[in-house]
Amino acid sequence: MLLTPVSAVKPPLAGYRKLSQLQKPYINGYLIRGLRQIPCMVSTVKFRDRLEHVGVQWGIRRNSYMVLPGLYAAGSPGRQSPVLVTANYKLSFDMLRRELAGLDVWLLVLDTTGVNVWCAAGKGSFGTAELLRKLQQTRLDELVDHRQLILPQLGAVGVSAPEVLRRSGWRIAWGPVRAADLKAFLAAGLQKTAGMSRVRFGLGDRLRVAPLEMVQAWPLPLAAVLAAALAAWLGGGRPWDYAWKTLLALGALWPLGSWLFPALLPVLPSRAFSVKGAVLGLLWALCMILLLQPGFWFALALILVSTSVTSFKAMNFTGATTFTSQTGAMLEVDKAIIPQLAGFAAAVVFAAIGFFAGFGV
Amino acid sequence: MEHAMKRWHYIRNGSSLKLDSERCIGCSACLQVCPHQVFGMQGRKAQILDRDACMECGACARNCPVQALQVQPGVGCVAAILIGKLRGTAPTCECGGSKGGACC
Repeated sequence: MLLTPVSAVKPPLAGYRKLSQLQKPYINGYLIRGLRQIPCMVSTVKFRDRLEHVGVQWGIRRNSYMVLPGLYAAGSPGRQSPVLVTANYKLSFDMLRRELAGLDVWLLVLDTTGVNVWCAAGKGSFGTAELLRKLQQTRLDELVDHRQLILPQLGAVGVSAPEVLRRSGWRIAWGPVRAADLKAFLAAGLQKTAGMSRVRFGLGDRLRVAPLEMVQAWPLPLAAVLAAALAAWLGGGRPWDYAWKTLLALGALWPLGSWLFPALLPVLPSRAFSVKGAVLGLLWALCMILLLQPGFWFALALILVSTSVTSFKAMNFTGATTFTSQTGAMLEVDKAIIPQLAGFAAAVVFAAIGFFAGFGV
Repeated sequence: MEHAMKRWHYIRNGSSLKLDSERCIGCSACLQVCPHQVFGMQGRKAQILDRDACMECGACARNCPVQALQVQPGVGCVAAILIGKLRGTAPTCECGGSKGGACC
């Protein structure tokens, strides 16, 4: 393997814009093959990368977290080395390069504008056309003697293996869903176990999407604060009493829908997320009624607002899951949206009755 | 590990997946790309074993060499459906911004 320092490399590469842009922390040199220089990626994921990953989970830089697309070398690949294909979302790229430590492989990174493989495949940017374009731009066929690509299985949503074979002569093997299974998959001669092909959604996965759920639900705490202020104002003699009780009962719906709902997803009853959420919201309302002992109308309002808001929030969690279908989601929306809106409206009316009729406390 | 793995199911009959057994040549491409192991082989034909596990990602239909599979692919995302309904369009992930499309 010939490594040269970044500054010594002069001619630009096919498939890249400017060589100066290639001076990235994840590249530590260049592999020389004939007249070509192929960037070598670093296999260690550093503290700074991990910090970025946490940030992305909270929505920071999430829509522009990308690496340069093109061809990379991991280790010192040769003419028989496997070729892996992935998207240019830096989080996926980092997971992948960590798993590739100690292996000699080529890595072809498609331009998905920083979107992960699965979502990009769904939208078509990780697709047949982009794969064929990158094969051509990087002249990969000059570097290897075989015509076998390994794509992540979830890329099959956008890439048609029969079409790629017909149009370019490259064969596609569908690799494992998770990068962590890559080594075992390569060692087994491109054979997958059943577990390698299945998408999971365990507690860890569900909690990993929770921070973003929380960030995206920012109107909830705002609404709780406004409701608490309104309650204090309307509550007359005991403003603080009204304020903290309202803030607790309604403000808690934020973490309830963002963290507790994903955590409890498999144990809540029904397949419909709206029903699961309604059950969780109802349980919370009952806890609060036992604790705060409000009057009849406020109790009714609390049950309705907690149930309808949590049901709506839960229904929106479908977008973060790995298994919900569009036909199913449409069935769910059609059935749930009217009861949710009606429940919320009724809650407002009942709370108003509680205040103005003085029946509340 | 394997036996403890949870199988996820969404709404009953919530999938548009169709398999034309007449056309199927038994290549098992659908088994290889399905993320929820909806398919199995029966003799030399693929068959749908667990329809309710289908999330309509469309990978099987795209990779079937003889077009034996049909599915209406789309995102199983209520937010996308609601945005679509409000705008009077098909479900869309684009939650604002001129470029959009990067939010799921």
